[in-house]
Amino acid sequence: MPAKVKIYALSTCIHCKKAKEYLESNNVEYDCTYVDMLAGEERQQAVDEVKKHNPALSFPTMVVGGKVLVGFNKEELQAALGA
Amino acid sequence: MDAKQLYEKLKPIQEAKGYLFNADMSYTMPLLENLLVNKERYGYMSCPCRLAIGTFEEDRDIVCPCVYRDPDVAEYGACFCALYVNKEWNEGKIEHKTVPERRPAEKVMKAMGLG
Repeated sequence: MPAKVKIYALSTCIHCKKAKEYLESNNVEYDCTYVDMLAGEERQQAVDEVKKHNPALSFPTMVVGGKVLVGFNKEELQAALGA
Repeated sequence: MDAKQLYEKLKPIQEAKGYLFNADMSYTMPLLENLLVNKERYGYMSCPCRLAIGTFEEDRDIVCPCVYRDPDVAEYGACFCALYVNKEWNEGKIEHKTVPERRPAEKVMKAMGLG
């Protein structure tokens, strides 16, 4: 079964870190891609995926179920997880 | 230099300009650490919450403090990363919202290898 949350992040980004901490503290399984740690084709593929979900190409971009969340907002993430 | 030293160095300079560090050190210290990570990576302290293009000339706008800090703090009370904030934000008098990306799309695209 795939992880409940997909998160596209930067390894240096605080909002990404906070989002991950929130998921961990709530025992939510997630799959994280650090776009800044990738190179070449892998990076291109990740960027294309981010762009598809969030044309502003900002981080974190999270996909929860069918919903896309941009940035870390605890209430918003909580609502998406509960849905 | 470590994050603590960077904090001590920047605090008086930025406070004199009216910008405060986020009082929540669980934001401020990792952000400062990651500014130093980016200094190692790129040679300049590029914004940790954005993907850099990789040359100083092209990333000048996101070298911390970025050029978007002024309008972001004026509008939201905090910069994109929430490293720099104003007094009202620190005192909880302003709602802590997600600050949208203000960097022009063409620069973001270039950083992503799409430009």
